Amino acid sequence: MSDLYTNSGPVAGQLHIGRLFVATLRRDLMLSLRRKSELVNPLIFFLMVITLFPLGVSPESGFLSQLAPGVLWVAALLATLLSMDALFRSDFEDGSLEQLLLSPQPLYVVVLAKVLAHWSLTGLALTLVAPLIAVMLFLPAQGMPGLLLSLLLGTPTLSLFGAIGAALTVGLRKGGVLISLLVLPLYIPVLIFGSAAVQAAVTGLPVAGHLALLGALLAFGLVLAPLAIGAALRISVSG
Amino acid sequence: MSEPLLKAEKLFCERDDRVLFDGLTFSVAAGEIVQIEGANGSGKTTLLRILSGLSRNYEGCLYWRGEAMEQVAEQYRSELLFFGHQPGVKALLTPEENLRWYQALHPSLERGDLRFALEQVGLRGFEDVPCHMLSAGQNRRVSLARLYLSKAPLWILDEPFTAIDKRGVAAKEALIRQHVDRGGSVILTTHQELTAVGAVRSINLDDQEGTR
Amino acid sequence: MAEKKWLPRWFYQLASPRWCYQICGKLLPWFTVAMLLLLVGGTAWSLAFAPADYQQGNSFRIIYLHVPSAILAQSCYMLMAVAGAIGLIWKMKIADLVAKSCAPIGASMAILALLTGAIWGKPTWGSWWVWDARLTSMLVLFFLYLGVMALNSAIESESTAAQATAVLALVGLVNIPIIKYSVEWWNTLHQPATFKLTEKPAMPAEMWVPLLVMVIAFYCFFAVVLMMRLRNEILRRERRSGWVKELLLSN
Repeated sequence: MSDLYTNSGPVAGQLHIGRLFVATLRRDLMLSLRRKSELVNPLIFFLMVITLFPLGVSPESGFLSQLAPGVLWVAALLATLLSMDALFRSDFEDGSLEQLLLSPQPLYVVVLAKVLAHWSLTGLALTLVAPLIAVMLFLPAQGMPGLLLSLLLGTPTLSLFGAIGAALTVGLRKGGVLISLLVLPLYIPVLIFGSAAVQAAVTGLPVAGHLALLGALLAFGLVLAPLAIGAALRISVSG
Repeated sequence: MSEPLLKAEKLFCERDDRVLFDGLTFSVAAGEIVQIEGANGSGKTTLLRILSGLSRNYEGCLYWRGEAMEQVAEQYRSELLFFGHQPGVKALLTPEENLRWYQALHPSLERGDLRFALEQVGLRGFEDVPCHMLSAGQNRRVSLARLYLSKAPLWILDEPFTAIDKRGVAAKEALIRQHVDRGGSVILTTHQELTAVGAVRSINLDDQEGTR
Repeated sequence: MAEKKWLPRWFYQLASPRWCYQICGKLLPWFTVAMLLLLVGGTAWSLAFAPADYQQGNSFRIIYLHVPSAILAQSCYMLMAVAGAIGLIWKMKIADLVAKSCAPIGASMAILALLTGAIWGKPTWGSWWVWDARLTSMLVLFFLYLGVMALNSAIESESTAAQATAVLALVGLVNIPIIKYSVEWWNTLHQPATFKLTEKPAMPAEMWVPLLVMVIAFYCFFAVVLMMRLRNEILRRERRSGWVKELLLSN
């Protein structure tokens, strides 16, 4: 046993990155699924925001169908944003975040797994219910594939950028409103390309270009956002 | 073995305009137990967080096995076990699930028998009970079970005996003793008298006159 | 520390608050004089002597405020992010203070650019606000500044606040080109043929030389305000150190 202690690198070679990714993903999904009541909150919020538009503007079908692409995207964006604050908060409060930062494993992997778990229960869920809600806004049927695909490619980017805001504010008692201030400007490109994709699909124009741009944003976010999230977490825990 | 494991040089830290310590220099050799002492608010927890690498709001230098900490941060983390104020136990997971995640996170935790470790901390029969149904002391024990699995040479323990009963404390002290005998080191804070762990060196933060 | 010595010596001297305070004090009068001369000269030139625009008449003269403030708002963000990065990487306190001092100046420049844009928009477009690509980008830049300032004031520990703000500023800096591009793209999608204000094919020299003077004047103004804020921040941060006490006692 004693050689373990004198040897300067007993475990450096055993980086089980894949194992870590799966374990973190499983853990976060399990945690969310055991808190079922909170699970549906973003979806309910999404539905409620959508309901406000016919009430506040006009229930007339032609008008709503014109408004639908933008409204759906804005509502999905806000629903994602509201769910972001919880991403690291409970880990911060019970000390798991400290342990996570003290792991010799790459933080990038853990962060990515956490964001993926979060996205699959918010962004992915929103994407799947969006067509149902789109019907309530009279979005023409030919717009549905554009809506699905653009949300599928766009919401992970929203989760990644939102996680930066969540990581920066996790040390603060009230992060909620502040996150929105930090993150909303960063959401603008996703919103623009996303709603434009739906609009293009509705008018029968090709959507490949829009989707490619959304994909580029996602690739960009996947590479850089976890680095920023990791740095932000270290700073927040340090304070 | 002449090289100390951990060396701190001229540490300076202030919080809320109050200097906690200034010019704090010490080193921890293999097989040594160092107890950080001081009144409440003297900066014990802050010091442990700095030593563990969690807090970076300090001035001065830290060395791990003779090399600057920033250069060997990853190596250091793989050889460190930190037990902090918050136990880091998820209330919605069972003790076993909690430990499994820590095993994935820390390769220095043995893949070995989780049930054995949980038995050692007196949680036999609670393996599958969600942690929110356990008491505060039991939750801390879940986190302390990591000590039984750890191969890390350096343990940094912040108040490890809080909310632990007498028998538990005796078992932990024996464990620390065993760890030190194998050449491991421990840096800890505690309000309890350490009775059965052997030689303890203490660093008193109240003596570190910094407050001007 | 040994491995960092490849940087020039002034870089390390700059890291000393006292040295920085003194050098700023020496530079301040020069920049103040330059700023006053350029501002007065540039304003007189641009308002009284530069020719009126053949299409917009005299209303175009607000360009001499609008363009410099817009340029400054952008460079200020750049400086803030770069200073933040230096503070993050080299743990340099002065860089943190520069970044912190930059934010409010940049935000006010962004406001000035937005206001002058609105005032200019009234005679040109007939409405106070038009969703023009440049104005919208400037509005987003203003939001980015607000986020940075809000985060900085929300975090109590000053060093944590500085680091967190630096990360946010860097994320913003990386995103600004993407945001700008997406807004321009969106703009062409919705308003195919807007009347572009600043992209005159060839601005005659009588018009752009005073504009250049105004831009330089604004930069001088920025330098003056930045150094004043920086000196205040240094004094506040170093209030317990010996040299600050000496300085205050000698006055």
